[in-house]
Amino acid sequence: MRFLLLGAVLLLGCATASPGAATAPASAAGAKALQLPAVQASNEQQAVHVLDRLAYGPSPADLRQVEEMGPAAWIAWQLRPADIDDSRVDRHLADFPSLRMSTAELVAEYPRARKVAAAKGVSIEGKTPEALRAELAGVVDPFHLPRQVGAELIAARLIRATESRRQLQETLVDFWFNHFNVSADKGAVRWMVSPYEREAIRPHLFGSFRDLLGAVAHHPAMLFYLDNWMSTREGFSAPKRGRLGLNENYARELLELHTLGVDGGYTQADVREVARCFTGWGIRKPNEEGTFEFHPAAHDRGAKRVLGHDIPGGGGMEDGERVLDLLATHPSTAHFLARKLAQKFVMDSPPPELVERVAQVFLRTNGDLTATYRALFESPEFWSDTARGSKVKTPLEFTVSAVRALGGTTAGDLPMVQALNRMGQPPYRAQPPTGWPEVAQPWVNPGALVARIDFGLRLASGRLTGTEVPLPPVDGTPDEVVDRIARAVLHRPLGSETRATVLAAVGVPEGMTYDERRPVDAARLVGLLLGSAEFQKQ
Amino acid sequence: MSTFSRRLFLRSAGALAALGSVPGFLGRALAASPPGTGRTLVLIFLRGGADGLSIVPPVGDPAYRAARPTIALAPPGSDGGVLRLDDVFGLHPALAPLLPLWSERTLAIVHAAGLPGATRSHFDAQDFCESGTPGTKSTADGWLNRAVQRASGPEGAFRVVAVQPTLPRMLVGDAPAVAMSSLGQFRLPAGPGGSGAFDALYAQAVDTALRTTGMETFEALREAGSAKLAQLPPDNGAQYGTAPIARRLQDVARLIRSGVGLQVAVTDMGGWDTHVGEGAEKGQLATRLSELGGALAAFARDLGARWGDTLVVVMTEFGRTARENGNRGTDHGTASMMLVLGGGVRGGRVLGGYRGMDRAQLFEERDLAIGTDVRSVLWESARAQLGVRDAAAVFPGFSPGPSVLGEG
Repeated sequence: MRFLLLGAVLLLGCATASPGAATAPASAAGAKALQLPAVQASNEQQAVHVLDRLAYGPSPADLRQVEEMGPAAWIAWQLRPADIDDSRVDRHLADFPSLRMSTAELVAEYPRARKVAAAKGVSIEGKTPEALRAELAGVVDPFHLPRQVGAELIAARLIRATESRRQLQETLVDFWFNHFNVSADKGAVRWMVSPYEREAIRPHLFGSFRDLLGAVAHHPAMLFYLDNWMSTREGFSAPKRGRLGLNENYARELLELHTLGVDGGYTQADVREVARCFTGWGIRKPNEEGTFEFHPAAHDRGAKRVLGHDIPGGGGMEDGERVLDLLATHPSTAHFLARKLAQKFVMDSPPPELVERVAQVFLRTNGDLTATYRALFESPEFWSDTARGSKVKTPLEFTVSAVRALGGTTAGDLPMVQALNRMGQPPYRAQPPTGWPEVAQPWVNPGALVARIDFGLRLASGRLTGTEVPLPPVDGTPDEVVDRIARAVLHRPLGSETRATVLAAVGVPEGMTYDERRPVDAARLVGLLLGSAEFQKQ
Repeated sequence: MSTFSRRLFLRSAGALAALGSVPGFLGRALAASPPGTGRTLVLIFLRGGADGLSIVPPVGDPAYRAARPTIALAPPGSDGGVLRLDDVFGLHPALAPLLPLWSERTLAIVHAAGLPGATRSHFDAQDFCESGTPGTKSTADGWLNRAVQRASGPEGAFRVVAVQPTLPRMLVGDAPAVAMSSLGQFRLPAGPGGSGAFDALYAQAVDTALRTTGMETFEALREAGSAKLAQLPPDNGAQYGTAPIARRLQDVARLIRSGVGLQVAVTDMGGWDTHVGEGAEKGQLATRLSELGGALAAFARDLGARWGDTLVVVMTEFGRTARENGNRGTDHGTASMMLVLGGGVRGGRVLGGYRGMDRAQLFEERDLAIGTDVRSVLWESARAQLGVRDAAAVFPGFSPGPSVLGEG
């Protein structure tokens, strides 16, 4: 009842402070409401679509809230995550101390087993990994090994994706981390990836693109991942490392993947000049401290020319900043980002007019990300029938939306991670700098499909340790039960053939009468729905 | 045209077209392969940078022992010594199970194989080996997928399989490929609440890609189930043992032997990053090698007559430093070795252009220099097994040149 009242209050436009902070926005009225186009779809369809795109799928509570607030107010609210009380998730994450540590603290608290062994006088020479493991088991605390850092980071991401009320923020973390991908598998990045998400990605999701780009460019995780920390002016020699030189890795990806796009109009000469600008952007003791450090001696002091702009010699660290300034508001960047955001939020092949419109907003606002998102969410294309339900969920979106569909919870622990691995999306371990694909094709293959179906069956039958979904009640005739639960999970009525298949599968063959002593098997029914083709889409 | 006759047609056409330019080391494969039987390419990726200089040690090179005072393998004939291959090279004794294949000349070794534009990062080197475009990070698909796209072959559900949890980068792309941890795990509960129901549900799916993939999936599940693929016992008394690589190769053999149309199989094996305590005839590396050697030998035996149509390529992302380091191990280097095995291989030879381990012969005075581009071997193998012709499409920017593997 309270939900209904609150919804009515908000719809009337009264900026009444809500009595129940846990259920309602504190200042939704403070955010500029969105101007949505005329939409043909029903209220439920609209709410489901908003949650399919701006959240990890509908949960019963979020669906109720979007329906009550209306999509425009709900989106405006989500665009101001600081106004959203998320203390429940915060309390949950308090169990993960590594989330709050610097790289130096992480290296110290979660050292490699071999380092622990050496400190405790255990000899590691000439031993097979198996023998060494057995010996180390006695002296090493398994919760203070490097893998714990990754485990806590993954758990936090999965818990937030599932339960956070700042759903748009979590969706954008996924998008921007992936856009500026680093892989925890590359050397010292394993101790840097948690600070990277916390310091470089999360604070800048709703601000200016230049700030986000700059935070990433300065972050040791990116400097290590794309080797810029080893890039020096030609002919530079370091005491322990011998002769070094220019490394183009970061410069190339900066242009190609982070900003202009591969067809963004730069040349190989630009790549080289950009690399020269970033020489000396390094890391202080990557395996111990892992903080940003500029090495003036390694920097190329000559004049550079990037994308037709002269960068005079002697600029030092500012050379890199000049390049970031140039790139952050470049028209190619605007179009590249607009298209990628449209792929994420609208459809795999977004119409060029949409991309153009969003790019223009990006340029007009000097790369204001919130304004750019608004332009997408206000577009007729976002609300079109073509967009609705058109995208295949990534493994992360699939698993989390399955848990959310029935209001479940997850500890984000090993069984979830293994399921994601089997579906081809090991968290934080996308190897190439391109990150995971935004489009459907790579996620659709038989092994992954079997893994998805298997996940749904295990989740529904309570065999996914650490992750639980409450099964819905099964009172009523099988027809009623199937229709009700299918609607709750898929948010659309089943086709007649599909309905017959489902009914037969849950134990009531067509034409047979319903046996009251044997109610519908809810776990089987939910498992079928989660594994169905319809649930793979959003 | 039935699948079978179509396959027959494509095979004979491919064989004819390829006759003029068959890589030397594979000549017999095409001649021996009866028309209508599918060939299979099996790729095993050793992740971590496997030490080619310990796997196929150049014991005849005086610089070898000097560079590796504690981890060099002993000469042939001595205690724990290498198995003699020729005047220069020996085979690590843990690979003894492969010696019969060497003797019957179905194992060739390509030494000093590497990818130019050397990067000593595992991450980048693997990425480049799999994308097939060294120096270009943005390549979206993998070289082997590009090869499959251009190959004719059976359309079955098990045409391209990775026996590992995720699809490896080299198989990413437009051609369908199945990744599975194991055949044993590729299953769903049977019956009305399991695969039967899902089969029907996906047949009714509105989404074309999901409906198609669903059909492929349930076809594969049915094939796997009806052939009881996961239970197929080894043939010819092959004994696989329990190492992960052995179980994976056993699954590959099951797919080949059951005739489901396997054209490409990929798997990988970790544990090759031997910075510390690498060992010589015993130790870390020896353990990995005995797992690999045992698995490959069992695989060859299990396949029996099908060994003639099978080509196995074993590769790694880079080799290791010529000199051992301060921890009785080796650091990241450049060139390593590749193993090429199969009934049609003109083996019993160490190929590849090994230059030597003298300081002046090394790359940057520290690593074995590249004598053969990894892509040459991969290209020749793909051409022989898949019948692909367009090298530039599979490995953009690379011209294979004359067969580096030479005539037999």
